[in-house]
Order: sequence, then structure tokens, then C-alpha cells
Amino acid sequence: MTGSLISASRPRSRRQTLLSAALCLAVSMGITAGTGAGEVSPSSPVPTTEQLDDAQIVAKVNELVARAWKDAGVRPSPQATDGEFLRRIFLDVVGRIPSIDEASSYLNERGKQRKAALVDRLLGDQYVIDYGNFWGTIWTNLLIGRTGGQNPRSLVNRDGMSQYLRRSFYRNKPYDRMVYELLTATGVNRPGEEGYNGAVNFLLAHLDDNAIQATARTSRLFLGMQVQCTQCHNHPFNDWKQSQFWQLNAFFRQARALRSFAGRNIAKVELVDEDFVSPSRDMKEAEIYYEARNGRMAVAYPVFVDGTAIDPSGYVREVNRRQELARLVVGSEAFARAAVNRMWAHFFGYGFTKPVDDMGPHNPPSHPELLDFLARQFSAHGYDLKRLIRWLVLSKPYALSSRQGHRNEIDDPSSGEPPLFSRFYLRQMSPEQLYDSLLVATAAEQAAQGNETRKEQMRRRWLAQFTIAFGTDENDEATVFNGSIPQVLMMMNGELTKTATRCEPGTFLHDVAMSDEKPSEKITRLYIAALTRRPSTQEVRAANQVWQAHQGDTIAALQDIWWALLNSNEFILIH
Amino acid sequence: MPRSTINRRHFLKHLAATSALAPAAAHLTGAIRANARELAKNHRAAILLWMGGGPSTIDIWDLKPGTATGGPFAPISTSGDVQICEHLPQLAKVMHHLAVVRSMSTREADHNRGRYYLHTGYVPNPNIKHPSYGAVISHELADQIVGLETPPFISIGGSSEGPGFLGMAYAPFVVDSNGRVRNLGSDMQPARLKTRLHMLREIEQRFITEKRGLAAEDHAKVLDKTVSLLTTDQVSAFRFQQEPEAVRERYGNTPFGRGCLMARRLVETGVPFVEVNFGGWDNHRDVFNTLQNDKLPVLDQAMSALIEDLQQRGLLESTVVLWMGEFGRTPRINANTGRDHWARAWSAVLGGCGIRGGIAVGKTNEDGTRVETEPYSAEDLMATVLKALGISLDVTYTSNNGRPMKIANGGRVIEPLFG
Repeated sequence: MTGSLISASRPRSRRQTLLSAALCLAVSMGITAGTGAGEVSPSSPVPTTEQLDDAQIVAKVNELVARAWKDAGVRPSPQATDGEFLRRIFLDVVGRIPSIDEASSYLNERGKQRKAALVDRLLGDQYVIDYGNFWGTIWTNLLIGRTGGQNPRSLVNRDGMSQYLRRSFYRNKPYDRMVYELLTATGVNRPGEEGYNGAVNFLLAHLDDNAIQATARTSRLFLGMQVQCTQCHNHPFNDWKQSQFWQLNAFFRQARALRSFAGRNIAKVELVDEDFVSPSRDMKEAEIYYEARNGRMAVAYPVFVDGTAIDPSGYVREVNRRQELARLVVGSEAFARAAVNRMWAHFFGYGFTKPVDDMGPHNPPSHPELLDFLARQFSAHGYDLKRLIRWLVLSKPYALSSRQGHRNEIDDPSSGEPPLFSRFYLRQMSPEQLYDSLLVATAAEQAAQGNETRKEQMRRRWLAQFTIAFGTDENDEATVFNGSIPQVLMMMNGELTKTATRCEPGTFLHDVAMSDEKPSEKITRLYIAALTRRPSTQEVRAANQVWQAHQGDTIAALQDIWWALLNSNEFILIH
Repeated sequence: MPRSTINRRHFLKHLAATSALAPAAAHLTGAIRANARELAKNHRAAILLWMGGGPSTIDIWDLKPGTATGGPFAPISTSGDVQICEHLPQLAKVMHHLAVVRSMSTREADHNRGRYYLHTGYVPNPNIKHPSYGAVISHELADQIVGLETPPFISIGGSSEGPGFLGMAYAPFVVDSNGRVRNLGSDMQPARLKTRLHMLREIEQRFITEKRGLAAEDHAKVLDKTVSLLTTDQVSAFRFQQEPEAVRERYGNTPFGRGCLMARRLVETGVPFVEVNFGGWDNHRDVFNTLQNDKLPVLDQAMSALIEDLQQRGLLESTVVLWMGEFGRTPRINANTGRDHWARAWSAVLGGCGIRGGIAVGKTNEDGTRVETEPYSAEDLMATVLKALGISLDVTYTSNNGRPMKIANGGRVIEPLFG
């Protein structure tokens, strides 16, 4: 990659701008008119890149990663075992470990194509709900944070956000379309209300204070550009100017949140576009003001990060600023790159840049050619997320063992070196992955009695214990779900573990205890359910000691072994 | 024996031989358990009062009455040779123990970056994570915490910053301001726990020997610390409810007040570093009302109680108290009667452990926009606290990428605070 994203601007004439505005209006009408069938892709990507097929793409990924190994003089770790691969791909694609049945059936399968068949299954109809829920949650957390919408006085409806996203992932909605919808959404935030559109919740979370956070989040999430500090001054490390922040901010100024109250709490909120009346009241050139570093007020009009200016009219009927912005965002070169970088980091533990959402000339990627290649193919394939996932999980580096080999000790990104992806990097499960894995491992349908709403409430309560808000205007959050003592305590003594080890009828443990298998077979079943592998000889010996300690009390022995398995590093880490 | 009557010490004896994992986890053996009081006498500690959001120090410690930027508050005289805001009458009585550094001058005016910088002395770097105050201090004072069975780095009501390359064993242990430690209670029989830990150790070790990465070992270390916490009497330090009513009232029935009281109890128990979080200082709007009616009364009561209490118990001689946020706020008052982020000139307050009290160090200009005397940085402040604690500033760590890292980033001690 050469050149900066910002300097790669194409100054446009006023005429061109108006033309594109008109085009955009036409496109957007197409979208709003057909909620179901009228699936016009908002950006209508011009395929400048040749579409390669999946096998070609995977081969190219392998080639580019291997080239970096060669250059660095490392040899990759050996292949992961089948059990390891199965466990990680379940966690990464559908957000939980495989059940014992899923594990047994895959481990007994033979044949060369079974890996591809597994990927087909995980990305197919059978797992569409698991997949959509998992990715919907990831994006809910990205868009409104883990605490967004938890407060009754908040403008955000968390259910609405999450429902919109889950449905988008169930249908594998093209990523550019989803982002277009999020940026342009109008409607009511709460499910069940008239005019409901869950997508409005993203911007509703960040419109306060002249949409400063909406500006920062939009550019960070969808373009991989961190601009928050340019709100007050020029960026210290790259070419971002303070003026550019406010020019981007100007796109959000027609957005308005209309609240309806029920007592002191907010009943519902509607996001609408209204004519923007600027301080000068000049509707044809509706400007905004910001305070420059020298204390003077400066003026800004809507100009995208690449320098594209739009008609500055404040009238919605002439220019819908958010639709203009959305079109520019999904049409931007940075858009696909930011998405690919984020997805790569999800599957490989590290992205091509650190952090994944701070890209630009000041922070060059570790694998520029690979990033570029994947971004172009992603775009050429209509921003099909499942397609992108398929390329990543079928690649060679994704199938490597997490064990360090003899010739790749230097490949250790935790020490600050750029990642080479010559082994699979160990990482923490997210709280959501852990929760859902515990449910699967323990067959805890029992534990989650009641309807879906109640289950969801239990899940949220459990997840909430790990998040701490910093209490600043920017809604920063931290998590204690990071391998520290509270997390270990939760696994040792928490309610979920208690339920999991209780051995009541209907639970997995009870099932194993009551079966007529031999003790060694019972132990193996526990191991496969928790760790997707069989116990070692030494572990069988240790398990037998547990049995002896309980003088043959099968239930007590199984409870102890099960507890130990769930509390292990091997259970809680993705490896 | 009914479960509820199991004596914790008895419980501990059962476990002493079975440290979760590390065979050499000597800290679980009874022999070196020192009396908590004894511990406290010989140990040094620091309490960080963290004002998340960036407090408006121009309205609190360095007032500019009668200027355009001054705001409505008047300064008052104190027991020291320094004036502070009129809405801090109780702190005014203990200012002879505290020094105001009025020439803090930093460059990070973003919350996340500023929080990281003030906690570590280093600006954020995507490739390396630096250890924060709590991690550095517990690492350096490791000798004095051998009998300590709670984590050495405790953060109340907020998450502090992490241990960086010093590893998860020095991570902050985060509790809420009610001192509740979730999932600490267990009705498991000691013998049962022992059996379980034995089995767990087998699985845990196997995974570690497979060389998959640091996270596997870190988990084992943290597990060990957790077992230690599960089996110690020292957790009663979190139970501020055990304090007499009058003491609790003196600190104030607020999260910050309870946090300060808990901090004193923890220091008494032998904990070398406690952070008490008090957020809500990001006052972009309505700053004066917020300060006068909300923030300052809470601060005044709790912080003055803490200083007084530490002093009366003889702990102030061995405990540094440091008050700061990630930056100050703009002298210029904005259109919403608020103040925005301002890192170039602001104040921090510290005292105890031999630090000279009752003085102001450094000076800002007339309207508070610039520092007129020698400016001090986050690393200087950190070096000063470490010096007071008797920690050598010659320590150099090797970070996980093999680079040498000077403790406190080579900061200079703020000399006027000593001697």
C-alpha cells in the first residue's frame, strides 16, 4: 500500500457532487421502498477486481502468509489436531464449543473433504441461529458498548439494536448494506412500536453533544480511523486535521432524536432527519462551528475524509446528509480494509494493525499485500461476510497448532513483534463465548428454564458483572473478564458452575453418572464435552485417585473431575 | 461439623499443602503468616485517589479569583501554607499534611491516553503494555508482602490500569465500593476442594508444558492467588461495615467515602497499593454547580477523614496518599458553563510517608493556562511517590520484547517535596 488514505482525495467539482447527490437519492428511494424484495446494494460496487473463486483466494492467502514466514526465517507449527480445530472453529464462528455429539460425529468422520463440509455446515442453515446470535452480539457490543441501553433513561434500546443485527446476520446481509442502514436509519428504537427500526439504536447511542461520539465511532468502526482526539486539535501522529473531524461531524446534523416519556423514563425514541438550521440561518449553505485551538470559532461544511464535499444545503429534501455520508463510507477504499482487518483479528487473535481500528500511514499493516488482496476480494464478492469467513477458516494458518514449534519461537506478537501467524495464538474467550460454552458443555437447558426472555435476562445479568464503566462523556468501558481473580472466582464458585456440577436429572453430568459405561469411559466423555479431546494416561490416573478419594462414589467423583475440567486454562482459552 | 462453622484457619491448614498449582507456593504455608498489625507497622503503602474524567483543578487547588477564567469560587486559608477552594472546609484543616503540585504539565488530553499515561508514566504504545502504579509498587515491595494473602494491588470502584509486562499476578483486584467480592463464599468442604484442586493441577500443568503461550501460565498463577484469597481471614479488610458507626459517618455514606475507609483497612492489613475511584469529573457542562453541590462535598468529607484517620493510627508516616485525575480542565469557561480537557497546566495533591505537607509546589500564570515554574510530568510524579516509598529509581525492567524500561520512565523526583 502506498499513500495515505487522506491524501488520496479526489477533489470534485460542484456539478459532480450534485450529480452524485441526486444518484444517491435515487438509490436510497429504492431502498426505503422495498424493505424485503428491493435489495438494492447501496454502493453498487463496481468490480474493479477480478472475482476469484474460494479455492484461489485461500491459495493466495496461504501463499502470502507463507512468504512472510520465509522472509522471517520461521517454520510454522504443525497442524492442530482435529479436536483442537473443531473447538476453535465452533468458538470463532458460532461462539461456543461443540457439544459432545457434534464433537463425536466430527472426530469419527473420515475423508478429505470433511473440513470443508464442516465449514459448510457451520455457515449453513443448520447453525444460522447460533451464527446470527453470536455475530449480532459482537456487533451490538461494538456499536453501543456492553453497557449501552442498560440504563432506563438511555435513548438506546438494546433489544432493538441486537434484534436488528441478529436478523441481519441470519440473512447474511451484505456488510455494506448493513452499514448503510445503520448510518441512514430512521424510525422508532423499540421492538413492537409502530415505525420500529432497530438500526436506529446505533446513532441514538452517540448523538448527544452534537454527535461527537457518532462521528468518532463511525470513522473508527467502519473506516478504521481514530479521529476522536482531532475533535480538539490536529492529530499528533497522522495527517488528520481538526477541521476534518468537524467536516465529518457536519454530516450528522440533520439527525434528531425525538423522545416520548413514560414518567421519568424514556418510553421510546424516534430517529428522524430534519432540516438543519445553522446559526447563520443560511439554509443553502448550512454551516457548523467549532472552537479551534486558538480559541476562535471556525466554520465547517460536510466534507468526507477523502476530501469529497457535498452540497451544504440544510434541507433534507435537497440533501440527506446521512445518506450522503453512508454512500461515501461504503464506497471508500478504507471501508473494506477496516472490515477485513477486524475479521482477521477475530479469527487469528491479532489483526494486521494494532489496534485493529487505527489504520493509516502512521501505523502500517504487518501484511500489506494480504490485507489489500482480501479487501478487494471482499468488495468484489459483494461484501459477503460468510464468504470472507470461509476464506479465513479454510486457510493454512488457521489450521495450525497453538503449540510453539522449534523454528517459530520468535513469532510472539504478545511481545510487541508484528504477528507472523505461524501458529495459532492463544486467547481468552469473550464472556459471551464462555457463557454459551458452559451452557453447551453442561446441557444446561435445565439451568435456563423458562422462556427466551428470561434466558436472555439471565444471560445479561451474568455478563454485566464483568463490565465497568469509566464514567466519562465518551462511555468508555473496561472489563474484568481478563483472566484476573474475579473471573477465576466466578468459575470456581459461581452459580453457573454450581448448576453445572449439581448432577440433577436432565443435566449432562447426571446422564454420564447414570449410564452403564465403565469409569474410564465416563471420564473420556467428560473430557470430550469440556475439552474436545481424550484424557492422557496421567490424567486418567489422577481421575482414578479422585474416585478412590470418594471411595467409589461415582457422582461425587464425576462432580470433582467435571469441576476441574471447567476451571482449567484449557477450557477457558481458545487454542 | 455443620458447614457454616468451619473455621477458616482450619480450612487453611487443609489447603496449605495443596497450593493450586505451583509446588513452591510458599505463601500458603502457615509458618510465615505474620500478624496483620505487625505487618502494617513495617510496611509502606500508597493510596491513589483517582478522579476519573479529569477534575477542574483550577476550581479546587489553584484558584484564580477575579480573573476571566477564575469561576465563582473563593479561596480559603488552610492549616498549611496554601489556599484551596472554599468548598473544602474539612480538607482545609488537614492541609498541613498535604502538598499541592500546581505545575503539573502533560500532553495527553484524551481520557484513555491520559488515564494510561498518569497511571504508568508512559504514553500508550500499541506494542507494549506498561505496568501501572499498583503493579510496580507491589512488584517492588514484594518482600514486605510475603505474609499477605489478599492481592497486593486492589482497585475499589473502578478498574485502574493493568500490570503490563509484569504479568497477571500483578493485575488489579477490582472490588466495588461495598467491598463485596463476588463468589468468594463457598460451601465446599476443604477436603473436597483439595481433591478438586489436585485434579485441576494435573490438567493445568499438562496444558502449560505444551508451550502454547503465556496466558496458560498466567491462568495458573492467578488460580493460586485466588485459592489464597479464598482461604484467608484477611478478606475481612474489605468489610468496612465492621467499623463503628461514627467512623463510617466521618468518611461519609458515599461510594467514595466507603472506598476511602476500605483503603485504610486494607493498608492496615498490609496491602501495599489501593486505588479508590471517584468518577464524574468530566464536567463539560455546568461545572460549578456540579462541583459545589455534588463532587466537592463528597471529596472534602472522605479525603479529610482518610488523612485524619491514617494520621491518628500512625499510618500516615508510612503511607503515601496521591490525588489526581488524567488531566485538568480548560481555564476558559465554555458556552455550556463547563470546562473542557486541559493537560498543559493542572494540579495534583499528595502527602504522607515523609512528603512535606502544607506547601504548594510550582505556579501557573495569571489565568491558569500555563505553568510558569518548572513543569512536572506523570513520570516525575511517579518517581516522587516511589522515592517516598523507599523504592529505588535505578530499577530497570526488561519488557517482554526485551527492551529495557526504566522504572517511572526515568522521571525526576519533585525535590521541594522532600527535606
